[in-house]
Amino acid sequence: MSEAVMQVFRGNREGGSPVEFRVPITPGMVVLDALHHIQGHQAPDLAVRWNCKAGKCGSCSAEVNGRPRLTCKTRMDALPTDQPITVNPMKTFPVIKDLVTDVSWNYEVNKKIPAFKPKAGTDWKMYQEDIDRVQEFRKCIECFLCQDVCHVLRDHDKKEFAGPRFMVRTAALEMHPLDSADRIPLVKKELGIGYCNITKCCTEVCPEEIHITDNAIIPLKERVVDEFYDPIAKLVRKITGAK
Amino acid sequence: MSDRFETHEHDVLIIGAGGAGLRAAIEALAHGAKVGVVCKSLLGKAHTVMAEGGIAAAMANVDSADGWIPHFRDTMRGGKMLNNWRMAQLHAQESIDRVKELEQWGALFDRTSDGNILQRAFGGHTFKRLCHVGDRTGLEMIRTLQDRGVEMGVDVYMECTITKLLKDGDRIAGAFGYWREQGRFVQFKAKSVIICTGGIGKSWKITSNSWECTGDGMALAYDAGAELLDMEFVQFHPTGMVWPPGVQGILVTEAVRGEGGLLTNKLGERFMQKYDPKKMELSTRDVVARSIYTEVKEGRGSEHGGAFLDISHKPAEYVKQKLPSMYHQFKELADVDITKQPMEVGPTCHYMMGGIRVEAETAQTTVPGLFAAGEAAAGLHGANRLGGNSLSDLVVFGRRAGLAAAEHAKKVSAPNIDASEIERAEREMLAPFDQSAGESPYAVHRDLQDMMQSLVGIFRVEDDLKTALAELDKLKERATKVRVEGSRMFNPGWHLARDLQCMLTVSEAVTRSALARKESRGAHSRIDYPGLDEQWGKQNNITKREGETMMLKQVARPPLPDDLKKILDE
Ligand SMILES: Cc1cc2nc3c(=O)[nH]c(=O)nc-3n(C[C@H](O)[C@H](O)[C@H](O)COP(=O)(O)OP(=O)(O)OC[C@H]3O[C@@H](n4cnc5c(N)ncnc54)[C@H](O)[C@@H]3O)c2cc1C
Ligand code: SF4
Ligand code: SF4
Ligand code: FES
Repeated sequence: MSEAVMQVFRGNREGGSPVEFRVPITPGMVVLDALHHIQGHQAPDLAVRWNCKAGKCGSCSAEVNGRPRLTCKTRMDALPTDQPITVNPMKTFPVIKDLVTDVSWNYEVNKKIPAFKPKAGTDWKMYQEDIDRVQEFRKCIECFLCQDVCHVLRDHDKKEFAGPRFMVRTAALEMHPLDSADRIPLVKKELGIGYCNITKCCTEVCPEEIHITDNAIIPLKERVVDEFYDPIAKLVRKITGAK
Repeated sequence: MSDRFETHEHDVLIIGAGGAGLRAAIEALAHGAKVGVVCKSLLGKAHTVMAEGGIAAAMANVDSADGWIPHFRDTMRGGKMLNNWRMAQLHAQESIDRVKELEQWGALFDRTSDGNILQRAFGGHTFKRLCHVGDRTGLEMIRTLQDRGVEMGVDVYMECTITKLLKDGDRIAGAFGYWREQGRFVQFKAKSVIICTGGIGKSWKITSNSWECTGDGMALAYDAGAELLDMEFVQFHPTGMVWPPGVQGILVTEAVRGEGGLLTNKLGERFMQKYDPKKMELSTRDVVARSIYTEVKEGRGSEHGGAFLDISHKPAEYVKQKLPSMYHQFKELADVDITKQPMEVGPTCHYMMGGIRVEAETAQTTVPGLFAAGEAAAGLHGANRLGGNSLSDLVVFGRRAGLAAAEHAKKVSAPNIDASEIERAEREMLAPFDQSAGESPYAVHRDLQDMMQSLVGIFRVEDDLKTALAELDKLKERATKVRVEGSRMFNPGWHLARDLQCMLTVSEAVTRSALARKESRGAHSRIDYPGLDEQWGKQNNITKREGETMMLKQVARPPLPDDLKKILDE
């Protein structure tokens, strides 16, 4: 049986460093399996978040060989074996312990977004073609990998920007065929959409393959432009009922 | 009340933030209660998020002949008549409105061509009944409930584990626990407490369940003097992944069969022909799981000890649209393209039909002020649950529990918390740090899982069950001596040391109940008693704590009223 060398960050808010572990490789193994092996046999207090182990809950995010990923969906056999595999916590969020970070800021941002508000008197008829694009956004598992990779949050620590995850959530609400609220002023001001300069890094890391930039952020930017600088386009949209 | 700890006060305290807990919170808030929700993971990550195939409700959008009566009948028949009939009736009647409500709160289910909620076929359901969103229905549901709860201003205590329920005399007074992050203790004072802690799958080696499913709520309620019901009925889902090893047990949704997937053995035979020629692949889960198990045992299994499940005869685009997460799951984790190749599948421990005994209308347990809903509660599903009937259970009885708990809180005065109880809870939690020798909790957990898998699995027999009880005694002894390394800060080893206690309690209740029920019914299959027994069909097993011993007794199943009896005879 071959062995993998893992360099896993161990530490807390005060600091820390990578610690090396050797883990036997089994067929089809993922990085989360390796972390569990470490917990079960070498370091029982290694802090890791996980739930589903099937890419459905978005708990197990970390940076594997420098790339933001779900550890439960990162196959060991897809990583180079001639060098140690590094596993670090998401850099954008403060470390609590080892691979566990403080993501509470995301929950605070989320509270700013008004929930779904149905149109009065609707008969709740909706057609698949009208909801396809919203269903794409609703696939989001809140792994916060897009938040982690976005340079506005990561390098510039501009927490005035809500980040791609919340652009996706707002787009889902704004494009819901039966929603009646207007979140565009919020998108411009409180959510700070202007900070995004469309680098598309978020789209690249999204494990749900949501086209965050093309399908959520750019259309929202267009709506901001319409609402604030082109009232006619906004009016046309209102009249034709396009959301 | 002890003031050494951080303290929070609520009218209604809800333990668990899955579908049941969140739905309960929404209802209690709507009735003016001050509500707190505690959960072990981050908000939105509870097990409910993983549900795939759909939520059952007789909307009759696809099959116009459907209605609550056929849904009730299917649920009772699927549960081999051991269900609490009143729960089954309420569930069939109310699930329709509960699904509509989800839509009104923003959920977007897949649509029919005339703009209604689309419904798919599932095992044991006579009509196309499961409302769904591809194969990620649970995610849609938990996000909808989470958004609604947050909008209503619910207080959520995330990554906080409850280790003890507190009482004031006979009635409930609150709960004690710790913050996973810092390891600090915290106490909650509450007039009503609702347990929505989900399942128990982590006691078995091969399971579809997450680390959270350690039966905490059932064990805490048992410790607090509540009764557990039908603990022998553990559902093994027929189709979990079997290869590669790391993914063993991960669920393959029944929707694959609902969408037309075929089961074959290594000889290419559609073996369900032998076991249930009428319903074939869409037979109930207990039957399909036993069939696959038998095929493998008799040497007709696949290379890695499973059966083949094939959907590749459907157009590739259709498969990707209807089963997107299955497509990705197999492609990324098993190198299998399900639009071209069959999947290898085998039984996996999946769902707990048994649990805390509750009253049908109010979800109240036998302890005043203590309620339970969702997978942690028992009664609705009898001896076997139909797919899709859990998500509906969560919203129907989550709502009822939230309502009854809020009403209860209006009627009673503030409880008192007994400081000595808190001190004991604290001591119990800190004990593993004082062990200088002793083994890792992970080692004891592994042995528990191996033991339950081999001795209290799909097929049971008296000798095995007796051995299991003896093994449980040894494991309990070992568990009291486990040693924890490191500090109290986010320490999974320490957390497991506590969860292990809950798993042991629940495993014992399952084993004792399984030993007592000398018949085979639904998910409970005794090799030594292969048939149904008329007397056992009229009674439920109840587990209760008497001092330090686990007592088992039988109670008569509530008699069916004539109108419902007529429905079932049809
Ligand atoms: C892979 C998979 C697919 C499924 N698909 C379907 C489906 O398609 N249709 C269907 O009807 N059913 C399905 N089920 C079953 C269904 O998902 C579950 O039965 C249901 O989600 C359980 O919900 P719940 O609200 O009772 O508990 P859960 O969602 O399990 O939530 C339990 C909550 O309790 C908390 N908790 C537990 N212990 C403690 C403690 N000690 N202190 C504090 N908090 C605690 C947890 O943190 C969590 O928040 C599926 C199950 C699995 C595993
Ligand atoms: S496209 Fe915008 S949101 Fe996405 S990573 Fe780049 S700057 Fe951030
Ligand atoms: S949008 Fe994608 S990357 Fe961002 S949180 Fe959601 S699933 Fe994760
Ligand atoms: S553990 Fe759920 S996404 Fe990885």
